[in-house]
Amino acid sequence: MTGMLPPGFRIQRETNTEEFFINMGPQHPSTHGALRLALRMDGETIVELVPHFGYIHRGMEKQAESMSYLQYIALSDRQDYLTAIQNNLGVVIALEKGMNIGVPEKAEYIRVMLQELGRIASHLVFFACFGGDLGGQTCLLYGFKEREMIHDILEEVTGSRLTTNFFRPGGSRYDVPDTFIPRVKAFLDHMDDTMKDYERFLSKNIIVLERSKGIGILSKEDAIAYGCSGPVLRASGVNFDVRRANPYSIYDSFDFEVPVTYNGDCYDRYTVRIAEIHESMKILRQCIDRFPTEGPWRAKEKPVRLPVGRYYSEIETAKGLYATYVVAATTGEKPYRIHTRGPSFPHIAALNKMVQGHKISDLVTILATLDPVIPEIDR
Amino acid sequence: MQESSSFIPYIKRYLKRCITGPWSLLCGLSVTFKYFIDPRRIVTEQYPENRKTLKMHPRYRGRLEMIEDADGNNHCTACGMCERACPNASINVLSTKNIAGKKVLGRYVYHFASCTQCGLCVEACPFGAIRMNQDFEVATTDPNTLEMILNKKEGQG
Repeated sequence: MTGMLPPGFRIQRETNTEEFFINMGPQHPSTHGALRLALRMDGETIVELVPHFGYIHRGMEKQAESMSYLQYIALSDRQDYLTAIQNNLGVVIALEKGMNIGVPEKAEYIRVMLQELGRIASHLVFFACFGGDLGGQTCLLYGFKEREMIHDILEEVTGSRLTTNFFRPGGSRYDVPDTFIPRVKAFLDHMDDTMKDYERFLSKNIIVLERSKGIGILSKEDAIAYGCSGPVLRASGVNFDVRRANPYSIYDSFDFEVPVTYNGDCYDRYTVRIAEIHESMKILRQCIDRFPTEGPWRAKEKPVRLPVGRYYSEIETAKGLYATYVVAATTGEKPYRIHTRGPSFPHIAALNKMVQGHKISDLVTILATLDPVIPEIDR
Repeated sequence: MQESSSFIPYIKRYLKRCITGPWSLLCGLSVTFKYFIDPRRIVTEQYPENRKTLKMHPRYRGRLEMIEDADGNNHCTACGMCERACPNASINVLSTKNIAGKKVLGRYVYHFASCTQCGLCVEACPFGAIRMNQDFEVATTDPNTLEMILNKKEGQG
């Protein structure tokens, strides 16, 4: 049996023991939702992992066929609820391509700012859950503390904390209130201090280092082959970010870096996300400096009717590449079909490659660093 | 963790970590202690006690309600745009006819149980007759209260 295991696992067993199966989930605190992982074990070492999805399948793509385009924007909130505001933009960009309308400058700035706030919020949840899964419950509270400030801003702007339903073709639903810019500024100043604390708290912690360095290595070739995206791909040494490679909105006019690390282990995935928080803050600072106070915040309102055709958009959410493919077979308010390419599914598919030969407690670490959202996988 | 082939570097790394490890834990604990003693870092809201002062933002999407003046008149013309905009059929606009034979609003039935508070109905309304209020304590023990009729008067306009 041991001959089949890849290099990288720590203890070689001399004697062959009988394999057995173990079920992780569907109700398990560290699977982040209703995900069932069937594990084939040799002692405490994982030989094979088979993920089972579909416990909260809602048939969103089928539902979309009987919905209008505007209603689908509201539905896209419910896919990846941690990056709801980014999913909104993904759908809206595809609709804008179909309607062939432009977006005023102020609306673009509103979009970019809310995108980056959503990215920081999602990465903070990752920071919180990563610490929490490794046994540090203090970390869980710290991450959610700052996320709360972002959600207060989102609530004031969009009217809802999580399911924002904010962007519309040609702009957004409302203009931002006057308090928006000062609040973001105050948040960034607060965040500078806190990120120093947080990195001191977790980044050099010996328990985190021992449990995440060299664990769950995903090679560059495998990451590309499985279709991973976002921080998971960048931690494996691939410099790919849709904001840079295929800029949407006004991301091409900002000065930011795409953090890349080359080991592909759990600790690298953690550092990439922490670095991305800093990059997002950099973009937000540039937005605040250049934010136009005058001007329209929405293009002239038109009924959302798409001509016959196929429209595709891809954006970079906090989890990775989120693409929407809209097929309009008849000119009208309803799509023939909407397909969503979510970022979490390929990550879970690559999980088997990562966990082979590791212990079952390492699986918790690996799963936490993939940062999957199960409703987005099941959809 | 790469298996080290020789024994000496392994021992060296082990000893180094014996020192750096506890130090890193102390660094982490200093952050915890800072948060423990600094009163400015308290973020907990004393929720049921601060009910009087707790107010939602004006854009907060709570329960749907009809904008009515003191006499109970509203702007609704029973056009049904909100009913069409609703993704999960939480709204039924039942129209009726007044004496002049004109279509007017009979009952505006709202199923709060299936409402996701997306706000598409408010956006779709061409007359500004409905809005979402700032209620956030909407839990109830009686499911019958979740079906409500929003307009007070029938058949006006």
